[in-house]
Amino acid sequence: MKGRKVANKKYPVIWLQGAGCTGCSVSILNAVSPRIQNLLLDELVPGQQLCLIFHATVMAGQGEVVIEVLKDAEKNRKGGYVLVVEGAIPTAEGGTYGSIGETNGKHLTIQESVEELGRSALLTIALGTCAAYGGIPAAKPNPTLCKGVKTVFDEKSIETPVVNVPGCPPHPEWFTGTISVILFSGVEALDLDQLGRPKLFYRQLIHENCPRRADFDKGKFAEKLGDAGCLYKLGCKGHYTYADCPLRQWNNGVSWCVKAGSPCLACVEPEFPDGTSPIYEKITFEDLK
Amino acid sequence: MSEKIRIDPITRIEGHMAVEAVIDDGTVKDAKSAGTLFRGFEIILQGRDPRDANRLTQRICGVCPTAHATASALCIDEAFGLTNEIPANAKLIRALIFGANFLQSHILHFYHLAALDYLDAASVVGDLAPFVPRYEGDYRVSSEVSAELVNHYLRALDIRRKCQEMLSIFGGKMPHNVGIVPGGVTERPTEDKITNFLWRLNEIRDFVVNSYIPDVIAVAKAYSDYFEVGIGCRRLLAYGGFDLPSGKLFKAGIVAPDLRLERFAKEHITEDVKHSWYVDSDSGKNPTAGRTEAELNKKGAYSFLKSPRYKGEACEVGPLARMVSNYVQDSSETKELVDSLLGELDAGVDALFSVLGRHAARALEAKLVADAMAVWLQQLKPNEPVIVDSKIPEQGTGAGLTEAPRGAVGHWMTVKGAKIDRYQVITPTAWNASPRDDKGQPGAVEQAIIGTKVKDRDNPFELVRIVRAFDPCLACSVHLLDVRGSELGVFRVV
Repeated sequence: MKGRKVANKKYPVIWLQGAGCTGCSVSILNAVSPRIQNLLLDELVPGQQLCLIFHATVMAGQGEVVIEVLKDAEKNRKGGYVLVVEGAIPTAEGGTYGSIGETNGKHLTIQESVEELGRSALLTIALGTCAAYGGIPAAKPNPTLCKGVKTVFDEKSIETPVVNVPGCPPHPEWFTGTISVILFSGVEALDLDQLGRPKLFYRQLIHENCPRRADFDKGKFAEKLGDAGCLYKLGCKGHYTYADCPLRQWNNGVSWCVKAGSPCLACVEPEFPDGTSPIYEKITFEDLK
Repeated sequence: MSEKIRIDPITRIEGHMAVEAVIDDGTVKDAKSAGTLFRGFEIILQGRDPRDANRLTQRICGVCPTAHATASALCIDEAFGLTNEIPANAKLIRALIFGANFLQSHILHFYHLAALDYLDAASVVGDLAPFVPRYEGDYRVSSEVSAELVNHYLRALDIRRKCQEMLSIFGGKMPHNVGIVPGGVTERPTEDKITNFLWRLNEIRDFVVNSYIPDVIAVAKAYSDYFEVGIGCRRLLAYGGFDLPSGKLFKAGIVAPDLRLERFAKEHITEDVKHSWYVDSDSGKNPTAGRTEAELNKKGAYSFLKSPRYKGEACEVGPLARMVSNYVQDSSETKELVDSLLGELDAGVDALFSVLGRHAARALEAKLVADAMAVWLQQLKPNEPVIVDSKIPEQGTGAGLTEAPRGAVGHWMTVKGAKIDRYQVITPTAWNASPRDDKGQPGAVEQAIIGTKVKDRDNPFELVRIVRAFDPCLACSVHLLDVRGSELGVFRVV
């Protein structure tokens, strides 16, 4: 992927929360190696570190002073910061369904902030399925006309590169791994698939690496939740979903959806949730057309 | 002269929130609390497979998704006619999953959301983002205690992560567990999982007892005036929570300002909308009959949150409500915990109705839940069922009421033609951060702010300490856009 060269030792990070649930942030707090403490305080790779200058859930300040942080970055750090967007962007009624604060007596809408900060960012990471593709807030009938970051950028001719790291929520290592590629090898080293996701994490189908694959091959299917066997008939979307959950597993390797007896929800895919539901009904490729 | 202070955004909470206070002669005369994001979950759920509500409503909130998983499962259980069929193992595993989320949420709340209002972190780690910029002035804990609290802030990041890892043993993953489903749970309680869970729990219990509770006490001793700040409406509401084979850990009840207990009945819940952006014809309805029809240009409205009321009264929900409700109902473990803390602080039950009382109640509750979880683990029966099979009914209604970390949460659903016809959610933050009701009565947070003395208008610590003590979760709540009320005097944004 073509991007601007990275030279700064410290990467200021601005983390904006749109129409979402904070679940992506909570998932990143679950990172194991590096841990969140390392992300916040340490050089992640020798000589290079992040500096989280804006994140509404963790930062000490509030009110006007933190909005100033955004204004300052936009003006004085052009092309020098990474923008992370979590949550979709509500665009109905001029963006008024979501605001992140107030400036000069006016609401600063999510849409306006993502556009303005996106325009001057080195790179934008659309973290989670809502930020990448719209996700649940954009589900039918999409009451607030939510969109993903790339769609909004394209509509406004914003050329800043966008990396999608989808998932509801995304695995913390999909985020820390993406950051690692940027720090080690530069933005241009990120190898993305046609949906803007790093192939490093989203290259293989869940189905390819699923521990219940042998059951599928033998035709042994679970008929109801709690049964042993392949979960295809219970709505598992693993044959449609590109992510490395079966290999990486979740929460420090403790478990993951299919291991716990739940069908894969296809939560990393742009069609989630409308095209991939009912969740507990099997879908065929015909259903998705 | 009156002066209006507006804090937007309120950070270190879940979601998007603003607070406005009218100050006259150093005292808050009027206050408005408002959310600044609307997603329309109830509209999105219409017409979907009822079972999907259980997965989708978790995505209302990534901090306490299991609260919505639990409420929606109870709601669907009832609509599907399964309530009396849920196996004992399933009740216990649901409670263990939910309990693990309680612990992570309470620990996160104290150390990572609230503590930076009290401890001078920048004096320990340096002027480093995200610890600066911040309000300056009223940091009172000594530099030694600050250094220890910063250490615990960092250690608490590991402990809250380990709560999620423990949860995943039965829940599959966090955030957004997959284990709690209508009819029961998906994972069997094998002996290896039980032991694995127990030893993770033991480490977390140790942290709660030896760090979390002592740290809350250390902060309380340095800021003892905050036992008198943010008193609030003093009317407490608990739906009751953690449905176990033997009953509920948290008892349902309404506690009046004089600590008199009243039996809770969900039929007395109504939602007013006079000051919310919804059509007035929906006002005063029970959630089984409520609708969500927006009216964006409504005069006098300032929030997309409705105003839930119990018999017409504003109520506070959350750890304070649950601990006092259990206390007045003579729950022995709760009484012992509360009395021992009050003894150490040389304070009476009245001191609980305050900023510090809410933090203390939350910390004690973490111990109550963690201790109970160790007992629940022993009650699991490895070879017995964890789920009952079910069919989607053509028609049905259900209500699922439980206790989220932040307070009482309820889901209401009507099924028609085997699809969701209507879905309503009343979140804890709707109770606590609601706007005025039809009678003009402010919500619980608004009442807690009104009357507060603000020492430094440029650094209004009092206001943010009061708001954060309620642990607001705004993503949970449906809400507002333009909250600007009538202008008076100077308008300040801090």
